[in-house]
Order: sequence, then C-alpha cells, then structure tokens
Amino acid sequence: MTSRWSKPLLFLLCTIPFCVLVYNGFTNNLTANPIKEITHFTGEWALNFLLVTLSITPLRTLTRKNALIRFRRMLGLFAFFYACLHFSTYLVLDQFFDWDEIVRDVAKRPYITVGFTAFVLLIPLAVTSTNKMVQRLGNNWRRLHSLIYPIAVLVIFHYLWLVKADILPPVIYGLILCLLLALRSPRLKPGKRPVLRPT
Amino acid sequence: MLIKTPDLIKPSEITDRQLYLNRRKFIRAGANLGIAGALLNTLTISGALAATKLSTVKNRDYSTDEELTPYDAITSYNNFYEFGTHKSDPSENAGKFQPQPWSVVVDGECMKPGTYSYEDIINPHQLEERIYRLRCVEAWSMVIPWVGIALADVLKRFEPTSEAKYVAFTTVMRPEEMPGLRRRVLDWPYREGLRIDEAMHPLTLLTVGLYGEVLPNQNGAPIRLVVPWKYGFKSIKSIVRIEFTRKQPKTSWNMSAPQEYGFYSNVNPEVDHPRWSQRKERRIGDFLKRETLMFNGYGEQVASLYRGMDLRKHY
Repeated sequence: MTSRWSKPLLFLLCTIPFCVLVYNGFTNNLTANPIKEITHFTGEWALNFLLVTLSITPLRTLTRKNALIRFRRMLGLFAFFYACLHFSTYLVLDQFFDWDEIVRDVAKRPYITVGFTAFVLLIPLAVTSTNKMVQRLGNNWRRLHSLIYPIAVLVIFHYLWLVKADILPPVIYGLILCLLLALRSPRLKPGKRPVLRPT
Repeated sequence: MLIKTPDLIKPSEITDRQLYLNRRKFIRAGANLGIAGALLNTLTISGALAATKLSTVKNRDYSTDEELTPYDAITSYNNFYEFGTHKSDPSENAGKFQPQPWSVVVDGECMKPGTYSYEDIINPHQLEERIYRLRCVEAWSMVIPWVGIALADVLKRFEPTSEAKYVAFTTVMRPEEMPGLRRRVLDWPYREGLRIDEAMHPLTLLTVGLYGEVLPNQNGAPIRLVVPWKYGFKSIKSIVRIEFTRKQPKTSWNMSAPQEYGFYSNVNPEVDHPRWSQRKERRIGDFLKRETLMFNGYGEQVASLYRGMDLRKHY
C-alpha cells in the first residue's frame, strides 16, 4: 500500500471506466441512444468515485491503516473528472450549447438544479486540492472540503429525482452514503484523529 | 407463421422456434464457418424467411416518408419493464417468452365477449404496413414500419354497446418468462386505456409486426397497440385482455405517478413532464435534437378528438 507503485497503479485503475467508455464508443456499443448512455455512464461513475472517496476515512478508522489517506485526493479528483465528463456530455452532446434550454433546465428541473449545484460546488474542492492550497488555507481547507457531504446528498437526490419508476439504484446509493456518514460517528473513532496531511 | 394462408405451409416446413429466434446468429455462424451456400439458402428461404415474413399491403396515406430507424435499434432499445428496466433488458431477457399460442379475453360492454385466439383476431383482416413516428415520454423518438390492422376494424367485430365509453387493455403476466415482473416497479399487470373514439380512430393500430416480420418478443409480441400521437407507453404490448368499459380505466403509469402521466398522454411540446422538458426530442440516430410536434405530427388527423378540452389539465 505504501509502495511507490501503488499510486500509479490506482491511477490506471481509475481510468478503466473511461477506457471502457471510449472502447464502447468506437465499437458502437453504446445502445441506440449513445448520448443518453454516455450521460448515465459518466454520472454513475462520478457517483461511484464520490462514494469511494468518502469511504477512505471510515476505512482508515476501521482498518487502522492510515496510509489509505494517500489515495483520497486522487479518488476525489477522479470523481471530479467523471463529473466533468458527465456535465460536458449534457452541455455539448445532449443540449449542444442550447443556452435557453439549459437555463430553463437548471431553473425549472429540480433534478438538474441539484445536479448542477453539486457540480459547481465540486469545482472549488478540485481547485484547492493542491498541497500549496492546503497549506495556504490551513483550517479553512477542512471547512471548505466538508462541502463534500452536502454535495454527496445533492447527487443522491439528483439521481433519485430523475428516475421514472425504478428507484432501487438511487436508494441503494443513498443507503451506502448514509452508512458512510454514520461510520463517521465520533463514537466509532478510536483515540485521537490522525493528523490530516496531504501526500 | 404465415397469417393469410396457413394451409400452404406444412408444419414440417416451419423453422424450429429456437432457430428462428437465433436466425441472425445462425446465419452469421453459418457464413463464418463457410457452410455451403446451397444448404444455407434452402434453410433460410424455405424456412426462416417464410416463417417470419408477413404478407402486407402498404398504407401510404397513413405513412410518413421520413427515414426509418434501423431494425437493430428498434429491437434493442426498448422500454418493456416486464423484462427489466434497462433499455437492453427486453432484447436480452425476452428469449424465453412464448408468444404462440396466444389468446385474448374480450369482455365488458360488448355483444360478443369471449376468448379469442390470435388467429381469430388477426386472420380475417388484411395486414397493413404503416410507417409511424414513435415519441417516447423520455424525449427520444423513432420511425417504425409497423404491420397491423386498424384497431377499429377488430373492435367492431366484438360489437361494443353504446355503454362502451372506454377500452381497457392488459398486458400478459408470466413471471417465469418475464424476469422484470419479480420486482414491483409498477403495479402489475401493465394496464392501458383509450377513450372509445381514440380506440376507433383509423390511426390506432393493432400491431403484429415490424419491418414486414412478426414482432420480436421485446417489441410486444404477438399483439400490441400503436397509438402514434401519444407517448410510447400508451402503446401497450403483449395484450391478453381487451375490456370495453363505462368508466375511464386505470392506467399503469398514471397509477405510478399521477402528476406526471395523465390518462391522455398526448404528445404535447407545450406541456412539460414535471421533471423534464417535452419541447424537443432526439430522433434515434441523430445528434441534434429536433422540435417535438403537437400530437407527434398527427394533429391534422386527431386534434378534433380533443376540441374544447384543456390539454394542460388533461395531459
């Protein structure tokens, strides 16, 4: 886990969904409605990475393997990467810069309003993810990055409000998020919280 | 099966069902293996093709001349929740479904209720090919060459009484053949309904095929409805019951989310789905969206059915 290869290896693993998407694109394997498929695929992976990122802290607590923190930033940035793909799919492929329609969507469609809000809130987190920013912001960094919790909640509602009838997948994601938040309860924490240090 | 003249084909000539269902794979496999052309031709021409082709006449009056959506798209991108909620589920899971033999229960306000076989219902009629636009409530659309009969011609044979104000339809429920039924995503069985004048409208098609062939299972075999000016979910699949009713029947999506799916569900770009816009649609195969047309472009034929009605209220 502390090997110098673990991070590059994880990086490659995180690109697999993207490679699968590109491969399916070139082999014509994105259903008869590829734009919708790309939208769903990238959205789902943004959410997956968001939840994986949120699982690092409870995993550290439960396994007492503090070294896991090394991977959190990369996972979080991959969540942002897939969210960017998701948003640009909507902007370019789905709406093709139809600003009227986009403004109407964001204003009138609750699932788009919350999804868009979540995406916008992710941007400062990505921007302040460098070592320098962490140092410069000091304690405020932690405060700023606790935005990830409301973001995760917004994303669950984004998913829940867009499905037609089969709410099982967003409900499962929501339960996982609840679990990950519950595992942050102070009662579960043995002793002192490890000092947060980016790597 | 051949619908017009079943006697001409001996049962021995009819291709094995599994072979027919896998005909493309079979043909491809045969071609890949380099099996002698003669054998392959005999099999496909005397067997599979004869068994699946329907004899139809083209109805140009009711057909659009827009570019057809490819067969593969129509048969692989489906909403048929009884086989699963993903678009690819129906084509992947419908292989076990047995569309023949088939019968339909006809009851309610009519003089000739009863249980009618597929052949009873279809054989007396000349099948027509009609190329219709299909607009899904999810804002995508297709152009499909359906094969069927005007529903009115069939319904008239059951002699609905003056009490028959609506027609209710029910989809088959066979959990062992339809894995999607294991989960109560909707209140099964799937139900749909039309006002009697909508059901009797010449555009309303009782459909048994597409692209000149028998309907694939995932498209609602063996008998489905096609109501081209309404959102796709009104065009109920795999029908086992037709009931003439006095009162407006319950319909599945309306039961599931009444604020979102009305009984009428006419294609209407002016009335948005509460959660998304209906102003535009993406024609499958296109990149840019196009404007959605009132009544899916069939306003000239059907707008009079709704004269005086507030279509915002009766969405």
